[in-house]
Amino acid sequence: MFEEFPYEELPSRVPLLYGRKVLELFRNPKNLGRMDDADAMAYAGSPVCGDMIAMYLKISDEEVVEKAKFESYGCAANIAAASILTEMITDKKLEEAWKISWRDVTKELGGLPSVKYHCGVLAVGALRRAIRNYHERKGKLPDWIPKGETLEEKQALEEEELAKVLSKRFKLE
Amino acid sequence: MRSAKELIEAHGPVERDVYLDLENSSPVLPEVVEAMLPYFNERAFGSPTITHKLGWEAYEAVMEASQRMASYIGASSPEEINFTNSETEANNLALLGGCIANKDKGFKVVVSTAEPLSVDFPCRALLPKIGFNVIKVPVNEEGFVIQERFEEALDKGTILVSIAAVNHEIGTIQSLKELVEIVRDKAPNALFHTDASDAYGRVPFNIKELDVDLATLSSYKIQGPRGIGALYVKEGVKVERIIEGQMGTQTLWPGLENVPAMVGFQKASEIAFKNFDEDVSHMRRLRDKLIDGILSSIKDALLNGPKGDRRAPDNVNVSFLRCVGEALTMELSFKGVYVSTGSACTRRITLPSHVLMAIGRRHEEAHGSILMKISRRHTDEDISYVLKVLPEAVERLRSISPA
Repeated sequence: MFEEFPYEELPSRVPLLYGRKVLELFRNPKNLGRMDDADAMAYAGSPVCGDMIAMYLKISDEEVVEKAKFESYGCAANIAAASILTEMITDKKLEEAWKISWRDVTKELGGLPSVKYHCGVLAVGALRRAIRNYHERKGKLPDWIPKGETLEEKQALEEEELAKVLSKRFKLE
Repeated sequence: MRSAKELIEAHGPVERDVYLDLENSSPVLPEVVEAMLPYFNERAFGSPTITHKLGWEAYEAVMEASQRMASYIGASSPEEINFTNSETEANNLALLGGCIANKDKGFKVVVSTAEPLSVDFPCRALLPKIGFNVIKVPVNEEGFVIQERFEEALDKGTILVSIAAVNHEIGTIQSLKELVEIVRDKAPNALFHTDASDAYGRVPFNIKELDVDLATLSSYKIQGPRGIGALYVKEGVKVERIIEGQMGTQTLWPGLENVPAMVGFQKASEIAFKNFDEDVSHMRRLRDKLIDGILSSIKDALLNGPKGDRRAPDNVNVSFLRCVGEALTMELSFKGVYVSTGSACTRRITLPSHVLMAIGRRHEEAHGSILMKISRRHTDEDISYVLKVLPEAVERLRSISPA
């Protein structure tokens, strides 16, 4: 039998009134593109989710983000969130970059419609995964990185898992 | 509450406007507006149920609209046309009212997996809540109901079947006559309802030939005014009222009749059927110009739905891989081309269109889908312009994507 989406996941089509900043960054994203010589990179989301961000970091010996770039498969909010985050972390110590939350990203964008909060979450999730991977590869996590995943990392994973479950459900028929 | 003003300002001017989002709303034809205007405050603005001159004028207008529309679909009498305020209401009336009126015969309802939301949602929520059992029959990769599965689902306890004449998203022209015959044979107690919103005025649709019991018609989809729809109810078929209030000229949908909108709906219908064959070949030609142009100039683009005569003449639905529909909708807007996408954002995830899932598209294919509908008033220049700007839009979004 055909299995349904959980009813609470049904789209509401509330009008998506983006702010000027989102529009600007959608049309002219900053720091866009791959970085082949990145010191750290990570993805969050997946094509199945309809949202995916790749975050690339060039990191100095002093653990400062010298350059950050992104790629995004997603909506305007997704592109804008990733773009603004790259600007927010450039020239910052990794420790400071780590502390940026999805709320900070949303605020910097001049707010987002609530159904788009997950775009900020995904951008921060990708950044933190990149920073965590970077330190894990070095063999030691600094004390400012908690052992367990933070909210944004967890939610990025949750979104990826949910998308997998939903796409499997539809294939049952 | 954020204002849309700054978005509109930031949008800026465009080279040319091509509105292809006729699925969601449409510009009302100028002749239709003109026909409606006197009915707001010059004449016939009374209630058609009251015995004075303005009431009689209104009554006359309602009757004429019903009569004309009955004739366009081959109905036997104007009493078979029941106006509602939208096709959403007409579909809800058909499903709920049809089930409740027939509940002594059984409790099974059969629909397909690709029905419009005003059929799909009542089937998910309202009908099960009041004790009806909804069976969803799958469609094939082109959106046609799989007939063997349809037959299997039907029995004597089936009281209502609802299959759209033309799929609203992918333009599949269903073999409705065959499906009705199957229902008459396997489910003699069932009413056959069809949402004909996407057939009316664009695909030949004759009630008598098809022998359906209930059919939904839409005004805005033929560039009539919004705020009006209709449900055809075959003479002798019983449907229960689902809202109550002051009865007017019609007994199934209480409330003051929207006479100017009925006049507009009638006028838009008149225009749609005036040069029907010419208009349909015009739309079909532009449709194929758009489809062929897209598929030949943009790689990794997939047409959703059937080709040729089995597809509605106005429907173009294409998935662009490595693009997200919502972003493409915005990107095209900045170029003056207005379209829509099947995918919609929820709190946690982007949900693909249930129709594209039903025809077996993968999520990543569905997320990049764009729906465009061609009207009888579009021109070759409009389509050429779309074909000029669409590849750039897709290319820019793909250049951002890591996938």
